[in-house]
Amino acid sequence: MRNQKYSFNLIAGVAITSVMLFLVILSFFYTPYEITVMDSASKLASPTFKHIMGCDNFGRDIFSRVLKGTGNTFAIAAMTVAIGACGGVIIGSFTGYFGGLLDEILMRINDVVFAFPNILLALVFVSLFGTGKYNVAAALGIAFIPSFARIVRGEFIKCRGMDYVKSAQLAGVGNMRIIFAHILPNAFNVLMSSIMIGFNNAVLAEAGMSYLGIGVQPPDASLGSMLSESQTYLLSAPWYAAFPGLMTILLVLGFSLMADGLKRT
Amino acid sequence: MLLEIKDLNIEFHDHDVPERVLNHVSFEMDNGEMLGIVGESGSGKSMTAMAIAGLLKRHDIKKSGEIFFDGNELLRASRAELRKYQGNGISVIFQEPMTSLNPVKRIGWQVEESLKIHRPDIGKSERKQRAIEAIADVELPEPELIYRKYPHELSGGMRQRAMIASAMICEPKLLIADEPTTALDVTIQLQIVKLLQRLNREKHMAVLFISHDLSLVRRLCGRIIVMRNGNVVEEGFAQEIFDNPKQAYTKELINAIPKLVKL
Repeated sequence: MRNQKYSFNLIAGVAITSVMLFLVILSFFYTPYEITVMDSASKLASPTFKHIMGCDNFGRDIFSRVLKGTGNTFAIAAMTVAIGACGGVIIGSFTGYFGGLLDEILMRINDVVFAFPNILLALVFVSLFGTGKYNVAAALGIAFIPSFARIVRGEFIKCRGMDYVKSAQLAGVGNMRIIFAHILPNAFNVLMSSIMIGFNNAVLAEAGMSYLGIGVQPPDASLGSMLSESQTYLLSAPWYAAFPGLMTILLVLGFSLMADGLKRT
Repeated sequence: MLLEIKDLNIEFHDHDVPERVLNHVSFEMDNGEMLGIVGESGSGKSMTAMAIAGLLKRHDIKKSGEIFFDGNELLRASRAELRKYQGNGISVIFQEPMTSLNPVKRIGWQVEESLKIHRPDIGKSERKQRAIEAIADVELPEPELIYRKYPHELSGGMRQRAMIASAMICEPKLLIADEPTTALDVTIQLQIVKLLQRLNREKHMAVLFISHDLSLVRRLCGRIIVMRNGNVVEEGFAQEIFDNPKQAYTKELINAIPKLVKL
């Protein structure tokens, strides 16, 4: 046992994530160049002081596009996790607390959804409702519900037999209040770290979706779509792929470290 | 008559062969009485308490008989009806003070809980005032400080006191204490027992004290019920039972109390 209040991982994770968050917020108000402005003279230009991450095949500033892309990816991942966690908490808490037939039915449906790969499920959803930021977030969010539901359900099953739940029942507290005021706070730690891990998966899933061309639509940028566009120029302009890739790694790394740090403290 | 149990039978049907855990149990309790139920593990003493408190609401349980609390039938009462008495008329404290308090909520929040449910008309500041009074009433030091503490900051005996405070806050007529001292060491046991005795006297609150510790029950209760395998074996005044046990099993129990022997 180290005599330390917070682990190194947690501090490093918070530091990386706050820098990323700062960049994301900045991207809403300010980017050095307009992300759609093309400059044919600086096509695939290498990094200079004018364009610190170089330019892409249309001569657009990569730094500006990376900022905007990080923002888009971040927003989609956050929406995905929010939908997944809310749905998961509702389904997981009810099935875990009440058990019985409701539990059986909902968890079997859950198993079916769980059996499909997230990307496949999202592809089906997108092909039904069309592409776009919000559809991708909704599709991934629904695909993420089962894993959250299982985690929350497990915690509720663990807690529902505890004496403090029994004594709340004996004090005449209603079921809703027991679920949300008495048990849910006990599941908070586990939920928090699965939200962090879920966020990572969402970032990667969004990058994958955009890479396949069904996420954020051009000319808008996201980390995945930039990676997809850049692969043609991997040899002639490696910085085009490197910077969006680096940002993806940092985004995921920050949250991974935070999740790990939270688990240990 | 505060509590009247008539011919209570309970069977579990969660396995192929039904299991009878309570068999024709009948007894009565007066207002402000201290009644002890003793018996070995599995004798049905806790089951009786759970039935009175209304925790047996599962579908695989078959019940018959009647439980009257203050003239109202509880065994067949609806959940909503039951909730009116739970915490308000009847309170329960459990054996394990380590798990009977919610680890992520402050003591004050937990003590106030039944007040919040049963007396919604009481305002926030008055509620806090009453909670602090209740904490002081169970002889916890610095109640205002305890109010803001979490369960893990208290010792086992202090937690059991906090538990009693939360059970007492609505001033119930009946307190069911299900082996409240078993998990505590002997000196703390005595303190808790004395506390229950004092609360019984001062608030005129009936206490149903469930224990396997005959010597403890003898100190505390005027009347004793001895249970075994779901049956009431013997019932009577404490002194009578100790001086003149009628059943062989009761004699066995009394003989099982360790005596201080000089070596």
